[in-house]
Amino acid sequence: MAEELFIQGNEACAKGALKAGCRFFAGYPITPSTEVAESLARELPKVGGAFVQMEDEIASAGAIIGGSWGGSKSMTATSGPGFSLMQENIGYAFISETPIVIVNVQRGSPSTGQPTMTSQSDMMQARWGSHGDYEPIVLSPSSVQELFDFTIRAFNLAEEFRTPVFIMTDEVIGHMREKIIIDDDKIEIVPRKRPEDKENYLPFKNVENGTNPMPSFGDGFNVHVTGLTHDERGYPDTNNPKTHTDFIERLCNKIINNKGKICSVKSKYCDDADIIVISYGSPVRSVGTAVEQAREEGLKAGYIKIDTPWPFPDKEVKELTKNTKSVLVAEMNLGQMFYEIDRVVDVECSLIGKIGGELHKPSEILSKIEELGGK
Amino acid sequence: MRTEVRIAGFGGQGVIMAGIILGKSASLFDEKNAVQTQSYGPEARGGASKCEVVISDEEINYPKLEHPDILVAMSHEALIKYIVDMKDNGILILDSRNIDESEIEDFVKEHNITVYRAPATETAINDIGLKIVANIVMVGAITKITGVISKEAAIKAVESSVPKGTEEKNLAAFEAGFNLI
Amino acid sequence: MSKPNRFIPYLREDRLPHIFCLGCGNGSIMNAFLAGMEKAEMDFENIAMVSGIGCSSRIPGYVKCDSLHSTHGRALSFATGLKVSNPDLDVVVFTGDGDCASIGGNHLIHAARRNINLTVICINNNIYGMTGGQISPTSPKGSFGTTAPYGTEDNPFNLAELVATAGATYSARWTTSHIENVVTSIKTALKNPGFSFVEVVSQCPTYYGRKNKLRTPTAMAVTLKVNSVLKSKAQNMSPKALEGKIVVGEFANKSKAEFTDNIEKLVQAKSGGKKVINSAFEAEL
Repeated sequence: MAEELFIQGNEACAKGALKAGCRFFAGYPITPSTEVAESLARELPKVGGAFVQMEDEIASAGAIIGGSWGGSKSMTATSGPGFSLMQENIGYAFISETPIVIVNVQRGSPSTGQPTMTSQSDMMQARWGSHGDYEPIVLSPSSVQELFDFTIRAFNLAEEFRTPVFIMTDEVIGHMREKIIIDDDKIEIVPRKRPEDKENYLPFKNVENGTNPMPSFGDGFNVHVTGLTHDERGYPDTNNPKTHTDFIERLCNKIINNKGKICSVKSKYCDDADIIVISYGSPVRSVGTAVEQAREEGLKAGYIKIDTPWPFPDKEVKELTKNTKSVLVAEMNLGQMFYEIDRVVDVECSLIGKIGGELHKPSEILSKIEELGGK
Repeated sequence: MRTEVRIAGFGGQGVIMAGIILGKSASLFDEKNAVQTQSYGPEARGGASKCEVVISDEEINYPKLEHPDILVAMSHEALIKYIVDMKDNGILILDSRNIDESEIEDFVKEHNITVYRAPATETAINDIGLKIVANIVMVGAITKITGVISKEAAIKAVESSVPKGTEEKNLAAFEAGFNLI
Repeated sequence: MSKPNRFIPYLREDRLPHIFCLGCGNGSIMNAFLAGMEKAEMDFENIAMVSGIGCSSRIPGYVKCDSLHSTHGRALSFATGLKVSNPDLDVVVFTGDGDCASIGGNHLIHAARRNINLTVICINNNIYGMTGGQISPTSPKGSFGTTAPYGTEDNPFNLAELVATAGATYSARWTTSHIENVVTSIKTALKNPGFSFVEVVSQCPTYYGRKNKLRTPTAMAVTLKVNSVLKSKAQNMSPKALEGKIVVGEFANKSKAEFTDNIEKLVQAKSGGKKVINSAFEAEL
């Protein structure tokens, strides 16, 4: 039966996590993400799960990796300063192929910045924040409903590809209240795949599709998990160039080769558009209003909403922009996804980057559409 | 039609709850759409705090207010701080006991604002005997004056939002507010 | 050839030989752990090991159990998540002085404060071995390292006391010259349902010895033995007389509510059931 609620984005995120099967949360209070932790502190014990408030965000990231190997779908939520602290353990989660979900409710930054104001200035940190080569999966919701839906999807992708998944939302979506519909009949859950053959199981095998099943500690597989470059058994093999190359390429390719399954974009009015506005996260809301207003003025404007900034949906964006004359990128930073979009599209690409802690006003985007759209 | 509502007061008056009830009424019980946002940070820790709601028959894209159609002021400080970007011909509802109107006379004239006086705090104290339900009295007044939500929806939203065991007092507060105007 | 080590069945034979230097204390402490585990009659199949980064943190990689070789300093946070997620496991943490007292110091005191049921074996060799002989937070005043070429003037941490003060229900310190005591303390630690900390002051002939004119493992072992003072005796000694001494014994041995038990009780009260284990494998919960 479908349930309708009028709730905050951060509460919807917590509800999504519970539906997805999250049974362990470790976190540290930080504005504007704290309501995720508060909701789960209240709700997890009711469903047989555990909540732990850790001593800092480094410990939070470590704890959820431990929690995941303990057999629980595990999550943490944070904002910029905490996300910075988590970066080393995020790299560990990649190299050890540990499914975890990390929610970053972005705020004005760098440093302590603007704790109560919105921003999208951690998008490149989500891509490259930890040292080394890796391919993150990043989801950016534009509504409270999407924050719920994307949280479930994040857990599913984490399990499907045995990898960390980030939800890069922002203060606007995290804090605003909207109606959401929770329809259990439409929710699909991806459970973890346990290996079968105890004798011959290789936890880090170079399999064709890139992803191996994963046992829980205590299942009797005697897995060795390490952040050192390791062979198919998980044993350190740090001085062999071939081991490292094959291993890291497998980790990256299991995401790159599955972009078709992972990437998601939505679009409107792109078929005949002279100008296409591209955005993700909460600015999509301002773009939506501005493009409708532009259409009312007779301007041929359209928009693309990117649900999955990473891996970047280059094929989809290239296809949707192939007939347009110009592209405008709206994001709440001084240009991060802009450079990726500019790399992919064949036409002139401009940026309306906004910092300061407020969402773009539709009028600001409309003026830019008018300027670029030839009015 | 898109209606933008701002409810402002000082911390502890329950303006956030009032806004949530408006949003809930519209989106869960009136089959409209609603988005509620509020002030965070130092501002919300006292001084003037605000809660904003966009209500529309259509899908709501931009979730924030551009120019409020309706401003509800429950303190003088909040009135002065948040009246500045009101839309012309808008509706201003004042908790009259808490407010000195002389400072806004020119603004009201210039922008053709219709002013309603709803002494919510006084009504809460005198009629209900509980100052803390002033916000629910105000929800009653907003419902009657603006029609932005239906009375039936508002009652359901009040019932499902207030702490268990306080429904009766809060519904009485809502009625008292509804009958103020 | 000498007779094979009786603990071989517990080890990943395909990973041997180990990387430890000749005369390093890690091997005898690993043996002491396995002996203590047998004495405690633990189910080896139920043991999971966690470690950070450093020489001593390599030990779990040689033991045939589930092992999580985590990031530098963070072993206790990984172990906390593992134990909370699956409280049925017996979780053992191997760490060193740099790993748990320097970069991981905050996690150490918080894990002790929570009294979470982990058994932590801290091999304290007073130096960073893996990176080549830098001073650590436990290096004695006046000792030398590559980053203290003129001798360190820093005050060292007393780890066993620190952990006891932070709230651990079991804390002890011995040296590699007290292997029988180490075995007994590990046995007690494994059986203690709370945070248990066994500090073993150990020799690093390769770096600490070479930098501090203790060139042979034997010289180091003798020094450890000579410098050790039993806690009961130390109580009656002046601070002056205790300078340069290693106080050995138990610093905490008490009982207190345990962290994962408290979570279990909360879950019982709120859900009426037990904390779910291995839920990640379920399609419906």
